[in-house]
Amino acid sequence: MSEQQAPAERVAIGISFGNSYSSIAFTSGEGKAEVIANEDGDRQIPSMLSYVEGEELHGQQAKAQLVRNPRNTVAYFRDFIGQEFKSIDPTPAHQSAHPAQHDSTIAFNIRDTEEDKQNAVSISDITARHLKRLRTSASDYLGKDVNAAVITVPTNFSDAQKEALVKSAKEAGLEVLQLISEPVSAVLAYDARPEAKLADKIVVVADLGGTRSDIAVIASRGGIYTILATHHDYEVSGFQLDQVLMDYFAKEFLKKNKSAGDPRENERALAKLKLESEAVKKSLSIGTTANFSVESLVNGIDFQATINRTRYELLANKQIGAFVRLVTHAVEKADLDPLDISEVILAGGNAHTPKIASAIGNAFPESTQVIAPTTFPKAINPSELPVRGAAIQASLIQEFELEDIQQSTHPMVTVTPHLSHAVGVLCISDDESRGVFHAIVDAETPLPVRRTAIIATPKEGGDVLIKLAEGARHIKVTKPEPKPKQEKSKSDSDDDSDDDSEEEEEELREKTWKIGKVLSEAALRGVKKGAKVEVQINIGADLSVNAIFREQGGKGGVRGILQASAQAPNGSA
Amino acid sequence: MDVVQINLPLPILSEGWAAEKDFQPIGHLSRAIDRNIEPVGPHFLAHARRKRHKRTFSEDDRIQAQANVKKVEDDDAGEISEPEDPLMLQREAKDWKGQDHYAVLGISRYRWRATEDQIKRAHRKKVLKHHPDKKAAAGGTEDDQFFKCIQKATEVLLDPVKRRQFDSVDEAADVEPPTKKETQKGNFYKLWGKVFEAEGRFSNKQPVPKLGNEKSPKEEVEAFYNFWYNFDSWRTFEYLDEDVPDDNENRDQKRHVERKNANARRKKKTEDTTRLRKLVDEALSLDPRIKIFQQEERNRKNKRRNEKEAEQKRLAEEAAKAKEEEARLQAEKEASEKANKEANKKAKEAAKNAAKKNKRVVRGAVKDANYFHAAGDAPAAQIDKALNDVDLIITKIDNEELATLTGKLNGKKDAGEIKQIFQDEVARLVGAGKLKEGEAQSLS
Repeated sequence: MSEQQAPAERVAIGISFGNSYSSIAFTSGEGKAEVIANEDGDRQIPSMLSYVEGEELHGQQAKAQLVRNPRNTVAYFRDFIGQEFKSIDPTPAHQSAHPAQHDSTIAFNIRDTEEDKQNAVSISDITARHLKRLRTSASDYLGKDVNAAVITVPTNFSDAQKEALVKSAKEAGLEVLQLISEPVSAVLAYDARPEAKLADKIVVVADLGGTRSDIAVIASRGGIYTILATHHDYEVSGFQLDQVLMDYFAKEFLKKNKSAGDPRENERALAKLKLESEAVKKSLSIGTTANFSVESLVNGIDFQATINRTRYELLANKQIGAFVRLVTHAVEKADLDPLDISEVILAGGNAHTPKIASAIGNAFPESTQVIAPTTFPKAINPSELPVRGAAIQASLIQEFELEDIQQSTHPMVTVTPHLSHAVGVLCISDDESRGVFHAIVDAETPLPVRRTAIIATPKEGGDVLIKLAEGARHIKVTKPEPKPKQEKSKSDSDDDSDDDSEEEEEELREKTWKIGKVLSEAALRGVKKGAKVEVQINIGADLSVNAIFREQGGKGGVRGILQASAQAPNGSA
Repeated sequence: MDVVQINLPLPILSEGWAAEKDFQPIGHLSRAIDRNIEPVGPHFLAHARRKRHKRTFSEDDRIQAQANVKKVEDDDAGEISEPEDPLMLQREAKDWKGQDHYAVLGISRYRWRATEDQIKRAHRKKVLKHHPDKKAAAGGTEDDQFFKCIQKATEVLLDPVKRRQFDSVDEAADVEPPTKKETQKGNFYKLWGKVFEAEGRFSNKQPVPKLGNEKSPKEEVEAFYNFWYNFDSWRTFEYLDEDVPDDNENRDQKRHVERKNANARRKKKTEDTTRLRKLVDEALSLDPRIKIFQQEERNRKNKRRNEKEAEQKRLAEEAAKAKEEEARLQAEKEASEKANKEANKKAKEAAKNAAKKNKRVVRGAVKDANYFHAAGDAPAAQIDKALNDVDLIITKIDNEELATLTGKLNGKKDAGEIKQIFQDEVARLVGAGKLKEGEAQSLS
């Protein structure tokens, strides 16, 4: 197949390629992303390949081989792509084929042919084979030869890793239109829903995956996303939750079978224990009790046990707490307060766990919406978030020439000045100490930007003053008073700060604005009674402000231009 | 982006506040932070578009709106949005021959593809913008040069003959053939496809076959090159003619110029034909498909030859095999015949021996029976007679009967019994008509 497709002949899909699971999705004619099930009917396809007598098994079938044929089963290899042997952490692949040094890259010594000898299969070949199987599944499903893809990668994927992934994809017959980062893809998946409203918000995407956790704090401003901070952890992961269950069941087993050996010390028993524990974890996300049942766990002894959700949550309390700390830490890293966060999107398979969602919810104020299947009825399956975003992105860009895409993703275009402070108007009073600031353009908004606001006027109308100023977000901490206190005198959008729910807490935290530099003053004369004022602010990339003030529906109005300050030159423009 | 709704009232303007045009700048924005935005999502695409084309929000909104309208209303706006080169606006109308008529009308992206309707619409739009009366009304000078350029361009482009003459020499529509080096980097079809598409505009025969791609079948590729080697072009070079003096003063001069023009045209036409031929030659020599076809042809030939040779070899082998088989069969036949003969011979001899032995037994039996004499030594006549008779029987019966007879006689010592057997035999023989009544009397 030719390497570069004419845009017209492209059939592009989205691929999310994780360490544990991969998934594929396409965008239907109506612009809806749909996740594709492979031949086995799985939408979450384990990223594993297993070789039995030269036959290649993929996905769930390969996962089943972890028990019988672990040395010829390659698993959890995504993070090895494009890495040197010395810089990888082989722990996740401990119970499958072990990675080994091979020239300058990493290879797995596996028996992948019918001959009875081990071949060193490089990581890039493994990746290419895996992607090829995904491509075949998608092609079979769509009935068209899929030849292009948008693939999601973690935010900390290095250029070398990206390059290696693109190369492997090419080998698998896929033209990589773009590599997009997983958390942004998840946000896009939510924003692309038809009912989604465009808003300025700060979103935390918390992805608790199988082998690692990734947290990203993303500012979404008018549909443009900026990553403010990321945090990665390879210790706190879904495996830890599995481990908790494995330990629990292993102990239960030993209690009942004193003479039998510890299943955790026998490789095969361990693999069985692990597979079943993962299954138990998944069923505990749905039901309140789950059955654990393994035939011939150790020495031919069958083992059965049940566990309820409460016990599991107690056992995993430590791990869940660690995960919540990761999320709050990422918010701190972005120099933000939990009150600034409007949404927490939980992604990754472990987001199904109800306790995680509720623990995150407790760590954030009520104004923050936690989007997980158990807390938000319209939530998208968290395992499918990245792939859906990728499919949407694929449908957006598949019409373009590859060169065009590369130009658009060039730093020349993506590096953008962001507002360091919010810009807004003073309401009620023009006195900076008494007036109430209301933001029109939030901080961290990429420039240039254009925003319009409609502002109420005093009841009797007349002449009004419009004072533009910068505002800094301030967290106001008040000691509780004996009885429910002050009516909040804030404007509407400030009702994130809640006043009666946190009574028991020691202090009350509120999001308020501190008025910073005053930018300009403008007067609008003779405003009619009950009329509203429309303010449009245009901020250029050079920090020049172009503002128009007029009565809503009226003509004329006042226009003002604020030049960029000379002493604050700006790098980009 | 939704409009921000603020429900708190604005402050009332304090007494005595005044500023020029009611606006007073006070401060500057704080310094911005440079961050990477994520190249994802529809809004980023819009951002990238604005940034790359250096558009403002409203411009982009308008252009996008136009682009969206286009889909429903078959490219209506488009053409006029081409920017006008300030140099072009300063053109003098008298130099109309040197002007790019398409650029003047703002349809340089269509060029020879522009339909008459598009030209008319473009003309109208340009007239609306550049009419000298409008300029005069706006307080400008009464400079109608560019307007005249527009009129001239429309005149040329709306006259099919003149348009062809202009298109013939419209260099801006030419696509330079790529160099060998560029072609060898790959992209043959993309690079040369454009060249042939541009050249195809001169064809009298429409539609012009396309260059195709690496998957085009051989017939199509051959048809393509045949078409270009027999190219029927309408390209003329009248547009480049020197002006013929139209005063009637000097007819000789006029004729001279006309002749010169005709010659120049012919020359250019020939040059153009050679150029095109060279171009097609080059394309043909660079076309990877031709090489593949040749290779395939060679392979086919080789294959056919190999097959033929293989067939011949097979036939020869088969003939040799048949011959061998025949020889083998012959040998086998001979061997078996020989064996048969020997077996026959042996059997015969055995039979003879057996007969001899039987005869001896029979004769012995006669002797045992004392030559059928009643008692005592038999007289010679009796012996002779008995023996004669026995011999007669022996001669009359064949070997098998002899064998049965011998079987009966074997072990019999009693003369009576023996005689009885002989008598039975005689009777049987008489019955069978082999002996006459009265013969072998001694045994009857």
